[in-house]
Amino acid sequence: MSFLSYLINGISLGSVYAIIALGYTMVYGIAKMLNFAHGDVIMIGSYVVFTMASTWGMNPMLAIVVSVIFCTVLGVVIERVAYKPLREATSLAVLITAIGVSYLLQNVALLIFGAGTKSFTSVVPVPALRLAGGALTISGETIVTVIACIVIMIGLMLFIKKSKSGQAMLAVSEDRGAATLMGVNVNRTIALTFAIGSGLAAIAGVLLCSAYPSLTPYTGSMPGIKAFVAAVFGGIGSIPGAFIGGVLLGVIESLARAYISSQLSDAIVFGVLIIVLLVKPTGILGKKINEKV
Amino acid sequence: MAMLEVKNLGISFGGLKAVNNFGISIEKGSLYGLIGPNGAGKTTVFNMLTGVYKPDEGLIFLDGKNITGKKTVDINKAGIARTFQNIRLFKDMSVLDNVKVGLHNHHKYSTIEGILRLPRYFRVEKEMNERAMELLHVFGLENVRDFKASNLPYGEQRKLEIARALATEPKLLLLDEPAAGMNPNETGELMEMIRFVRKEFDMTILLIEHDMKLVSGICEELTVLNFGQVLAAGKTSEVLNDPKVITAYLGE
Amino acid sequence: MKTKKISKFAQTNLITYGIAAAAFIVVEIMLLTGSMSSLMEGLLVPLCTYAILAVSLNLTVGILGELSLGHAGFMCVGAFSSAFFSVCVGDAFGSDLFRFVIAILIGAVTAGIFGLIIGIPVLRLRGDYLAIVTLAFGEIIKNVINALYVGRDSKGFHISLSPLTLEPDGKMIINGAQGLSGTPNDSTFIIGFILLLMTLFIVLNLIHSRTGRAVMAIRDNRIAAESVGVNITKYKLLAFSVSAALAGIAGVLYAHNLSTLTALPRNFGYNMSITILVFVVLGGIGNIWGSMIAAVILTLLPEMLRGLNDYRMLIYAIVLIVLMLFNWSPGARTFRARLKEKVGRHKQTEEVK
Repeated sequence: MSFLSYLINGISLGSVYAIIALGYTMVYGIAKMLNFAHGDVIMIGSYVVFTMASTWGMNPMLAIVVSVIFCTVLGVVIERVAYKPLREATSLAVLITAIGVSYLLQNVALLIFGAGTKSFTSVVPVPALRLAGGALTISGETIVTVIACIVIMIGLMLFIKKSKSGQAMLAVSEDRGAATLMGVNVNRTIALTFAIGSGLAAIAGVLLCSAYPSLTPYTGSMPGIKAFVAAVFGGIGSIPGAFIGGVLLGVIESLARAYISSQLSDAIVFGVLIIVLLVKPTGILGKKINEKV
Repeated sequence: MAMLEVKNLGISFGGLKAVNNFGISIEKGSLYGLIGPNGAGKTTVFNMLTGVYKPDEGLIFLDGKNITGKKTVDINKAGIARTFQNIRLFKDMSVLDNVKVGLHNHHKYSTIEGILRLPRYFRVEKEMNERAMELLHVFGLENVRDFKASNLPYGEQRKLEIARALATEPKLLLLDEPAAGMNPNETGELMEMIRFVRKEFDMTILLIEHDMKLVSGICEELTVLNFGQVLAAGKTSEVLNDPKVITAYLGE
Repeated sequence: MKTKKISKFAQTNLITYGIAAAAFIVVEIMLLTGSMSSLMEGLLVPLCTYAILAVSLNLTVGILGELSLGHAGFMCVGAFSSAFFSVCVGDAFGSDLFRFVIAILIGAVTAGIFGLIIGIPVLRLRGDYLAIVTLAFGEIIKNVINALYVGRDSKGFHISLSPLTLEPDGKMIINGAQGLSGTPNDSTFIIGFILLLMTLFIVLNLIHSRTGRAVMAIRDNRIAAESVGVNITKYKLLAFSVSAALAGIAGVLYAHNLSTLTALPRNFGYNMSITILVFVVLGGIGNIWGSMIAAVILTLLPEMLRGLNDYRMLIYAIVLIVLMLFNWSPGARTFRARLKEKVGRHKQTEEVK
């Protein structure tokens, strides 16, 4: 039974990674940049919910909505101010700017909320599920997280397949120049991608902090990195890839922590990533790219 | 024995036969042309000859030595050098350094000797500079030696690519559309230069070209490729008058 | 013509060494006259450490053209291997300097070997995939060291990934997350400065040699480099391991400047790797003396802003973003081009006179 509960824990954690990874993978696929600040948007989103719900006593559901809107706007503003002017710059310059934005968000949070850990009260109203006569408990957070993750993934896939904006996203990710020539508004498409990615980050933040209720200005950075690993794992740019990568990563981490060593669990996660990339250099669902001579 | 002897060469990509049963025989010192409509598989043949692609079948002999399936680096060491259809220079390096990279395997000193600036470093670097300048001189590039390669005009970039290939002291030089993007004046100049290189370096040259004036002007022999197969081969004038070739080029 | 070319290389190299030498003289004068604050004095060795890290990473990023986010991992290897050696040897050698020289060699060689081992799989990947895998390796190194226990007792050395029980006479050398303590403080500014000069010497001479040209050729066009007979794997690995070994030297300097060495995310995690990368990018990719200066300025900047306390990292972040925008955004570029033109014209008229 303990194996099952570790597995379920892993799926829950992995679902959070998957939601973050979806944002990462969309931004990478469409804007072709590693948005290192993505993890910090999660942290900001969590602080918004924390302030609204715990400090001001707002209805948690309303607080989540406010947080999603706040992060969406934040994502668009970051893109407009810091990344858009660098559209033609080298990818390294954009990477460093993203790192700058990451530091900025962390330090703004540090100034406003201080370095101390805030204990986040779970906002999930679903009761825990007890199975097998109480031997196996699935927390409400787990249920909500997994359902949210699946709904978001299916929603995103439908959005990209069916909607005009989604098709524009696909076009921009394939060939930005050609998309422009075909009348796609590239700037608006990229801004929309950031909006969606950041909104998802807010949801991920709430779910993450509901399951692991300690919040500091650095809460987002490690899950951010791991979600990025998950996105690479599944094949960056692929939405089902991000989902599979996220869940696998969560499960590996949870099982490694339980059965091997809690200190080495991160090392094992990264080790598995390396092995996957060496066997399949573009990730599990990634496309193979051949260079033309 | 011919300088290059290719028998029954073939490769497929995803079930599609890109080149099939390709054969060619090039005598030492000759100037040979490989022509054909777009997509006929000419560059694919070059890529197989230089080890960029591994052929599925067939044999390649260079100067009597079997080089089939070897790595690009070893094929260059065995004596084939090439240029590329879409120019591939070391764009952020100087013109001189581009040629000096070509000299890499013929003027050697170790990394340690380089870092510690031991006497051999100075001696070999001097040799390299002299040799590279000789090559640049042949192509009239000695005055732009310190320019970044990407800053050269198009025609000079093509010339630099040939100079770099020659620096590796090949037995066989492969030129992939050397006249692409050149105006008639430049093409004329290029023809002169190719003739000169053949004479001066005693070189065997195989070139892919679309410019019929250049092909008929300098190539002694031709092979025509169509849909991955050899359509005709032989003396230039005969091949160009072959009805099959004319049909392939002009359509029915 | 030829002499002109050679002197041009010599000139840039001379500028690089010149800047270093000038900085050294200024610091020594300030130390002698006692006009340096103790805070600044404490920063001297870290400054050398960061400058070495930046110069060595530039070899990977600027010359080899591969984005590495795991450079701090190699520093970590160099730091722990050398500190382990120094602690084990203790005073057995009699001479602190001799022990430190051996420690530096050990740090460099161990980090270089790690560079080689990690480079073999990593360098098969490209671009962002390579970046993420270097990051992963860096984190693995940090994590494993945090879980590593090494102790010595009458029965010899004991190595384990879980806490050890030793004989009563035993002593823990590396104690898991608590790290390694009792490292002799052998790092001095003069040694740090000599190591920095050595790093510059190795990197600059490497770049302007047959090996460096091969590495840059691979960076500029892998397929063309292969076609002229350059062995891709060999030169990629060579550049990567030299870069790792030099980072190891920085690690030795770092370790012997502290009495307790722990592998924290702050000093050996990806944050540190990113900090070094920031030095390289802001100093100019491929520009060796630029990395050195960027390392010094960006290390000093947060310290000089210490008075602003809580705001200093915020300011650092803003400076970083503004610098990147100023360097790369199209608006700023045309502005700078215009400025350059003006200055250029000014110069020309001067020459006519």
